[in-house]
Amino acid sequence: MDFNIYDFTSFTTWVHNALTSSMSPGWAMFVELAIVGVVFIAFYAVIGLYLVYAERKVCALIQNRKGPNRVGPFGLLQTIADLFKLLMKELIYIKNADKFLFNLAPFIVIIASFMAIAALPFAKGLHAIDLNIGIFYLFAVSSLGVIGILLAGWSSNSKYSLIGAIRSGAQVVSYELSVGLALLSIVIFSGSMQLSTIVESQANGWWIIKGHIPAIISFLIFLVASTAETNRGPFDLAEAESELTAGFHTEYSGIKFAFFFLAEYMNMFIVAAIAATVFLGGWMPFHIPGLDGMNHVMDYIPPFVWFMGKTAFIIFIMMWFKWTFPRLRIDQLLKLEWKYLLPLNLMNIVLIAFIVLMGWYIK
Amino acid sequence: MAFLFYLLSGIALLSALMVVLSKSPINSVIYLIVCFLSIAGHYILLNAQFLAVVHIIVYTGAIMVVFLFVIMLLNLNKTNEPHKSVLTKFMAVISGGMLFLVLIAAAKGVNEMIVAKEFDANIGLVANLGKVLYTDYMIPFEASSVLFLSAMIGAVMLGKKDKK
Amino acid sequence: MICAKVYTPIDYLPIMIQSFVVLGFVVTTMIATHMLGPKRNTKQKLENFECGIEGMGNARSPFSVKYFVIAILFVLFDVEVIFLYPWAVNFKELGIQGFVGVVSFSALLLSGFGYLMLKGAFDWEK
Repeated sequence: MDFNIYDFTSFTTWVHNALTSSMSPGWAMFVELAIVGVVFIAFYAVIGLYLVYAERKVCALIQNRKGPNRVGPFGLLQTIADLFKLLMKELIYIKNADKFLFNLAPFIVIIASFMAIAALPFAKGLHAIDLNIGIFYLFAVSSLGVIGILLAGWSSNSKYSLIGAIRSGAQVVSYELSVGLALLSIVIFSGSMQLSTIVESQANGWWIIKGHIPAIISFLIFLVASTAETNRGPFDLAEAESELTAGFHTEYSGIKFAFFFLAEYMNMFIVAAIAATVFLGGWMPFHIPGLDGMNHVMDYIPPFVWFMGKTAFIIFIMMWFKWTFPRLRIDQLLKLEWKYLLPLNLMNIVLIAFIVLMGWYIK
Repeated sequence: MAFLFYLLSGIALLSALMVVLSKSPINSVIYLIVCFLSIAGHYILLNAQFLAVVHIIVYTGAIMVVFLFVIMLLNLNKTNEPHKSVLTKFMAVISGGMLFLVLIAAAKGVNEMIVAKEFDANIGLVANLGKVLYTDYMIPFEASSVLFLSAMIGAVMLGKKDKK
Repeated sequence: MICAKVYTPIDYLPIMIQSFVVLGFVVTTMIATHMLGPKRNTKQKLENFECGIEGMGNARSPFSVKYFVIAILFVLFDVEVIFLYPWAVNFKELGIQGFVGVVSFSALLLSGFGYLMLKGAFDWEK
């Protein structure tokens, strides 16, 4: 087997052949998919935990503190210790809570975020589900999480949870529209919803460069809208600590709280990964036409590193938002979406359609 | 494939029954979501991938959220639950039975239907769907935007305060 | 032809298996935490959180209808966004015809927006 960090196709075919040679094709496919599922769970847990760590470190950097530094070198094991602590905690069922829905809500939230991660293209050939409606699938799956949030707030039978859930529900559904329209602009440019096709269409330049002004506008809209859709600060008024304790998950404890927490960070990873894939070229290296020497050096960096690097860059911007801007009020928040972002987005779509019609972009 | 079809149909029917039978309206919504997801599975079995995802976005993602909002807006304390009289139950049974009769009458002729032999498996993919929608069905598509406009006006009217 | 590759329902099998795997993971974690965690229920612990004061009533109370209006408008615009996706995929082939169609569609939409703004549907502070 030739293992190649630049193209995973040979690796995946090797695994496939090894499995089919030892068992029947049906079972081989089943085992393959189960392996993929388990790998994704491990990936999910590691990324989720280290995003929490990264957020605390970024927060510390901005607030001129040290951040977690006791458990392990540079505090690297802090969040893992926290996970074990949360596993050992008692699960409290509130007296008035609707027990069935109370248990169901974290399941919905975590399944919705987990289903999205499998459709992301991590590198060439490293793509678990490559649907021809990839973007649309991500859009659909990310719209399911809000049901979990609403159920969590309602079933807790607590006023803080209810207000948090309703605010959060209105916010998530509103900003979902802007996310959908911002992604639509790149679908117009590339003419496909398949994520692998979109990435390959950026081999000669990322869409944010090829699509110039309108692509930059929709990238900025996507950045704002996805920050709001994932309930991150400065749009985190669903869990505005100063007035609502913790919003919709006030009454949750132990591992169920950890699930909500993990899902929030994973949603941030997913939207950052979508932005990296759609606007910043996914795993495609940065190329400047003409500068062959530099392009050659860029090709030496593995695609997986490019993908994670771009994602990490967007995640850092989102964390920077959170620790810089003050929190909005609910009326300001909904006004921003419905009065400014959505009409702007619609006009931007018409502008992009015009530009594509005229051919005023780099093909 | 046939096994998956029966599995999904079974889930759809069972959850649809549970929607009717469950006592709490919010549990009904949960079962309705399960029902919709299994119907999306049916779309996938027909290779109508785009419609399957649209079904998930519109029904489970959007309409169910509205349903949840409505139920949360209701005052669901036990004390003011509306009392259903025997007459109401009787009327419900009769109207449901009528609908059932109509469905049976409609389903009687199904065997005589001719199944299209030249079935193109790619017909439900988004590229082909879009081509048909934006060439042959352009006018209905434009008409639908007028419908949206009227729905918007309706939404504004709903949110208005009564002038007293 | 765009559909040179064959797309079949089997592409969606991974999604099903993934959901089973994650369901298994969540259920195992829940069972593990039930076995590991303590269970010491007291009356105060099972009360709702209410900033340390005695709880009053429950949370089954109505809230502002404005949230509901937002939810309805969301359904409308969501359907419109979905309508635009098949158009976007085919836009390069449809050319000027598709452009005119969508510009008129968007114009009607934006006029609806204008109406909503004039009627003050988004003026929350009033």
